[in-house]
Amino acid sequence: MAEIMTLIGGRSSKQGTTLCASKLGAAYAEISSTLEMNVEDMARLGLSNNSKVRLRTPAGEAILRCKGRETKDLPPGILFMTYGPLSSQLMAGDTAGSGMPISKNLDVEVEPVRDENGP
Amino acid sequence: MGENLKVVRDATCTFCGCVCDDMHLTVDLDQKRIMKAENACILGKAWFREHGIEERPLALIGGRTATTEEAVEAAAQILAQARFPLIYGLSDTTCEAQRVAVAIADMIGGTVDTTTSVCHGPSGIAFEGVGESTASLGEIKNRADLVVFWGGNPAEAHPRLFSRYAVTPKGMFIPNGRKDRTVVLVDVRRTPSTPAADIFIQVKPRSDFEVLWALRALVKGRKVDPSIERRTGVSLAVLEDLVARMKSCRFGVFLFGMGLTMNRGRHFNSGALLALATDLNEFTHWVAKPVRGHGNVTGADNVVSWQTGFPFGVNFSRGYPRFNPGEFTSVDLLTRREADAALIIASDPADNFPKAAIEHLRRIPVITLDPKATPTTQLAQVAFTTATYGINVSGTVYRMDDVPITLRPAFESPYPSDEQVLTAIRDRVRALLGGNRLPAGAPVAAAS
Ligand code: SF4
Repeated sequence: MAEIMTLIGGRSSKQGTTLCASKLGAAYAEISSTLEMNVEDMARLGLSNNSKVRLRTPAGEAILRCKGRETKDLPPGILFMTYGPLSSQLMAGDTAGSGMPISKNLDVEVEPVRDENGP
Repeated sequence: MGENLKVVRDATCTFCGCVCDDMHLTVDLDQKRIMKAENACILGKAWFREHGIEERPLALIGGRTATTEEAVEAAAQILAQARFPLIYGLSDTTCEAQRVAVAIADMIGGTVDTTTSVCHGPSGIAFEGVGESTASLGEIKNRADLVVFWGGNPAEAHPRLFSRYAVTPKGMFIPNGRKDRTVVLVDVRRTPSTPAADIFIQVKPRSDFEVLWALRALVKGRKVDPSIERRTGVSLAVLEDLVARMKSCRFGVFLFGMGLTMNRGRHFNSGALLALATDLNEFTHWVAKPVRGHGNVTGADNVVSWQTGFPFGVNFSRGYPRFNPGEFTSVDLLTRREADAALIIASDPADNFPKAAIEHLRRIPVITLDPKATPTTQLAQVAFTTATYGINVSGTVYRMDDVPITLRPAFESPYPSDEQVLTAIRDRVRALLGGNRLPAGAPVAAAS
């Protein structure tokens, strides 16, 4: 069952240091496919750290691994991921005549992905 | 570490817009590596450590190894034949290279756009509408006693902004450093930057504009309804307290990030903050500066402005520059499938543009200049490997406060600079076109 949450794209220092090494390396791929999520939201959706979730917007979808954040750090209903190939999948190309696509505060459908090999 | 070491003092880090020019580098000249970067933050250390010389071909054409000369010929042919070419990127290269890129756009009647359009482009639009009360980072360090960070996370993106300029350093009129400053941080989530603030104001997503407009009303002495809290997550009492502090400080500064520009409201958000800074100047001194990401994105704004009169999203297809965000900006040109070729310099749109724009990059011939392999170089028809600015290449970059800084490179690269490659492309395109491409219907000069 999917829920609607608000996704914020942004930067992190780990992303900054790994992109200096290579944007094609495993470390960068791992960082840009990690989704920070409120721990209460995760518990309600039956997710634990490293569980897979599918995010969907009208532009596209992406599967990420989640990482819990306490409510004081990330309020319920808010998600955070670093920019990279997966955040691009979720962004619409329309800039409303400004040149700037929206990449913060996107409405996304969040759905746990169950696979046979466990979470 | 080898025997052949060199120390470069006061070198410049070009990883982020702080452009710190107090780096002391220890360079191993045999290995062509920087072994130590004194004074660099965690990002700067990674930047210097990871930019040794990698074994990469000088150029690739269609994935096959080529010489730089062969690649120049292939790139020039693509640009000379294109009807609506896009030149994009430019925020991680020198002003000298940026200048040549603008000249190529002018010559081929193309579009030149920089990463500003997907960064502080909306702030650039707002500057034109509202104006900008500005200051250098030096003035902020020496004078600012109230610092408001809005919609940004400098601890992770510009770490030395705190320690070198805006939070902890002692300044001429800030003798006790941190103790003499009040630091406010406004964001939708707690980040590693939050502990640096005395006051953290957590706004609900998509309500920055409403908070800024309510602050403007309070500064002007108007009444604001307490229901503002339901809409924005910020109580009237918190806003009133902030307004009292803003009016009574000696020198206030807003340092604002992409939490305002990449969000619903875009240039309206930046414009609201700039207008608030203007309003506050009736009471005391206030300035507002966008916090810039890439090392020379500010240089890109400056160079494109000197040369065309506009900061980004400039089209030359009528033979003179036209600026129109939404029409001549890269995401729009690619998403609408209008560009028929792209020259991408020191930037990686295939890693961060919206999906539809990346899909179009796969359809058209793309030329890249980059020191590293990236998702964009991987989809390029012609990919040049170039030397890294600041580490191998000298030249000029602009700090985020529009202060120009001369680079002091650490060691030589076997690869050409962006400026050298672009100059060769420009000269070859000029030869192919016989001068500037004239727009259809342009008056032909009368023979004398
Ligand atoms: S703050 Fe920016 S410019 Fe300064 S050392 Fe760190 S990454 Fe480099």
